Amino acid sequence: MDEPIAWAALSAGRSRASGRGIVGRSADRLAAVIVWMTAAAVSAVFLWLLSDLVRHGAGQLSWAFLVDPPSNAGRAGGIGPIVQSTAWILMIALGVALPIGLGTAVLLAENTSSETLSGRLVRRSLDVLAGVPSIVFGLFGNAFFCVYLGLGFSILSGGLTLACMVLPILIRSTEEGLRAVPTEYRLGGAALGLGRLTILTRLLLPAATPGLVAGVVLGFGRAIAETAALIFTSGYVDRRPESVFDSGRALSIHIYDLAINIPGGELNAYATALVLVMILIITNSTASWLGGRLHAQHLLS
Amino acid sequence: MTATTSLPALRSVAEEAHAAPQPVEIQPIEIRTRSLSLSYGRKPALLDVSLDVPRHQITALIGPSGCGKSSFLSSLNRLSDLLPNCRVAGEIRIGKTDVLDPATDVVALRRRVGMIFQKPNPFPLSIRRNLELPLKEHGVRQRSELDAIVERTLTEVGLWPEVQDRLDRSALTLSGGQQQRLCLARALALEPEVILLDEPCSALDPISSGVVEDLIASLRGRYTVVIVTHNLAQARRIADRVAFFWLRDGAGRLIEEGPVDAVFDRPRDELTAAYVRGSRG
Repeated sequence: MDEPIAWAALSAGRSRASGRGIVGRSADRLAAVIVWMTAAAVSAVFLWLLSDLVRHGAGQLSWAFLVDPPSNAGRAGGIGPIVQSTAWILMIALGVALPIGLGTAVLLAENTSSETLSGRLVRRSLDVLAGVPSIVFGLFGNAFFCVYLGLGFSILSGGLTLACMVLPILIRSTEEGLRAVPTEYRLGGAALGLGRLTILTRLLLPAATPGLVAGVVLGFGRAIAETAALIFTSGYVDRRPESVFDSGRALSIHIYDLAINIPGGELNAYATALVLVMILIITNSTASWLGGRLHAQHLLS
Repeated sequence: MTATTSLPALRSVAEEAHAAPQPVEIQPIEIRTRSLSLSYGRKPALLDVSLDVPRHQITALIGPSGCGKSSFLSSLNRLSDLLPNCRVAGEIRIGKTDVLDPATDVVALRRRVGMIFQKPNPFPLSIRRNLELPLKEHGVRQRSELDAIVERTLTEVGLWPEVQDRLDRSALTLSGGQQQRLCLARALALEPEVILLDEPCSALDPISSGVVEDLIASLRGRYTVVIVTHNLAQARRIADRVAFFWLRDGAGRLIEEGPVDAVFDRPRDELTAAYVRGSRG
């Protein structure tokens, strides 16, 4: 009695399923093609950009270009002092942001539950801060570091401003890394009578290294590419800096200046941009390699 | 004064022994809870549990999921401190230590009261470092001593022949059963007096489960063992005493407790009888 009905239902179901199956298969294919195309488009943009830089800029590159001071407003000569200023600015930015970021991330991930009001407030403000346009950071840096603290247009002002700018990225990324560490490590560690500091330094931070490295890479990338925030803080004097209290020109500002203000500076702008992109690629790959090694080494020794 | 106060206690123990149908080995009580209640926020998980756990025996906690057995276990080593919104009231004594006293040194407590979790949780470190990290934390620093403890405890859990030539490989490369035995070795390395096990076999395949079960049975006589298990046959095989928990009015309660044969064969409570028969829960 029941059987024919059941069979009918089953075969109806099957035909419906197979009907959807054909549509589903072509939809799958279409989705795959679209996904591949978008991925290819992204890579194509990057490759086009890189090849354009190489085509125009590679001819200018030499050791002398990297170490010599610019001459004739940057149309000739090299970018030695600019590389040095950029390195100092970045060292200050990351040197200040890393410890503060790490501390804040630990506090957020380990000591405040994600539901409490203060935890939510801090996180929300960090997310907003991460999206604030860099020109706003530049104006803030100028008002606070250059004028209020009296640091003037200097590498120190620029570095500290960039530190403020990369902090939110660093904190959120490290926090996510810490939160991704399984709770079992915390409970297991505590059940063995390990202190909170041991659990943090021996178990949680090593396991969170990938998050920390991602944060550093993102922060570094944002800092080295920064122009607007630095125009107002570190200035654009292209002399070799003698101390962090001197004004110094960053690579990105040099590119901007050559491309916009200096007729005939295009070739050196291309070459400088190529140097910038190469530094970015090299540091990114070094950081992820180092992070992976640290991660593996610390966890296995 | 002391003599007069201890006399009634002695007599009552003697009476219990006399009333018991079988000769019972009298063991001193290692863990004593009185009116122990535990809640998560406003939700009670455990209400009014008074239980005595004798020294160097295996006590199994049985009962359906969500009746507070694991919560009970985690209050014994104050791991409940780490659970969000968890509050514990009542009294727990392990030996002479007042566990719930805020002044109690939880690090020292957790060294004496080891814990094994349902899911094996070796740290993502080498096998050797898994054992050495807690030892170093508790002040064992000499290389020769560390090596000796590593070998002794791994031998004790039967892992030494399997891992002696790969101590520096990641503990995560071990199988589930091996990982659980490593966790047991890690706890034993600290020379605890009490070992709490929270369903230690339920995430393992039958063969590994059997190996770990034999290992737990071998702890009798040297450690005081409290094990939560959903496997009644396992409780019957390895436990000396059984405590049956049940969810009543939204909170876990201790329904019945006693020697394993008594609880399984002559349960006093209807609920216990139905549960061990398999007709409830």
